[in-house]
Amino acid sequence: MSKGFTPVIAGSALGNTVAAPVSPKNVPNRGGEMNPSVDALRRQFSNAIRRAEVVWGETTVIVDGARVHDIIEWLHDDVSERYDYLSDVTAVEFRDLEQPIEVVWHLRSLPFRRFLRVKVLLEKGAPMEVASVWDIYKGADWLERECYDMFGITFAGHPDLRRLLMWEQYKEGYPLRKDFPLRGRFSRSEQLRQALAANPEARYSKEELSIADAFEDLPEDMRRRLGTGERTGE
Amino acid sequence: MGLIPQPEPNVVETTGDEPWITTKLDAFVNWGRKNSLWPMPFGTACCAIEFMATAASKYDLARFGMERQAFSPRQADLLICAGRVPFKLAPVLRRIWQQMPQPKWCISMGACASTGGMFDNYAVVQGIDSIIPVDVYVPGCPPRPEGLMYGIMMLQRKVAGERMSDKSLRNEMEPNAKSELYIAPSVIDEVSEPFGNSVHQTRSGL
Repeated sequence: MSKGFTPVIAGSALGNTVAAPVSPKNVPNRGGEMNPSVDALRRQFSNAIRRAEVVWGETTVIVDGARVHDIIEWLHDDVSERYDYLSDVTAVEFRDLEQPIEVVWHLRSLPFRRFLRVKVLLEKGAPMEVASVWDIYKGADWLERECYDMFGITFAGHPDLRRLLMWEQYKEGYPLRKDFPLRGRFSRSEQLRQALAANPEARYSKEELSIADAFEDLPEDMRRRLGTGERTGE
Repeated sequence: MGLIPQPEPNVVETTGDEPWITTKLDAFVNWGRKNSLWPMPFGTACCAIEFMATAASKYDLARFGMERQAFSPRQADLLICAGRVPFKLAPVLRRIWQQMPQPKWCISMGACASTGGMFDNYAVVQGIDSIIPVDVYVPGCPPRPEGLMYGIMMLQRKVAGERMSDKSLRNEMEPNAKSELYIAPSVIDEVSEPFGNSVHQTRSGL
């Protein structure tokens, strides 16, 4: 049973005296007012906070990869931060081969009306692994799967890290990496052969079906049918 | 009182001067087929929006006997593939084509379905004719409803010209590695060296 939740009212933690938000104008490219969460993070995690910058009015904080789970958990739980919404998990690879790959978390604090971008740098050659935040935000499930699918970044602690967009038997690599050729690694005829060899009905395992939780309660014949993949009765 | 004698039911008295025609069975059957094609829209992208416009009241696909859209392949005559088909969808499209009963036809609507269009990348099938047989290609990105209707009228002309004695029209061939006609992907890559062709590009330069 999931717990009941209390609705979050945007800006509610700021009190009644704060004016309603307006669209910012004349935002500078670099510099400007920094998100106050960064100072709080520096007090809490001192060394793990590498660098912070403000780009187009949005604060980016670059943190130590080993501590990122603690940092995001603290940002989520602390009563003066309350980053209760994870809007995106993604990664950035640069064309410069020396530059590390960045894993990016976009966090939003609805009660405080704050936005914070957390980045971890993964050096080239090092294992591409960061901690999963699935245990903090359940919505990270598919975001991390997509990031794994496209960039090959392993999220340690994710319950079900499989490809999301490409099919599970896809062998050509990670499409959004810079060393991935635009047309894929295999020739068109080989790609087509592999795609057509897939059985479109074998994709739905019983774990993927929403009734998987109730699997043991199903009738015997239905359990047998679902146990080998759903069939349409052709 | 006032009773009018009724003729016996189901008895038609002929006088011998009713109009009648002779025709070929092919022409008669094809006339019926071409004027009641039941299309199944396989819409994956923006072409499907133009297809909906074609089916809606202004362009009114019903004028061509397509009053009934079949959203099940088992009750469809015509597959209209509108939009790009990624490789992940290729086995699904093929399965849908296999589920359609004969006689069946296919229209490839738009640049992406016909050739892959601008999506010359790792994820998109470069023309659905590498998965299923296509009768009419409608160019455009997306085609206007007039373009799709022109393609449908071309298909109707094709249907009108079919002959029942030509059994090869209804032959369905599955890719069979033991068949003499089967060409392995490695051979296709080899004969299309060095540049490949529109479907089988061997270079992944970009």
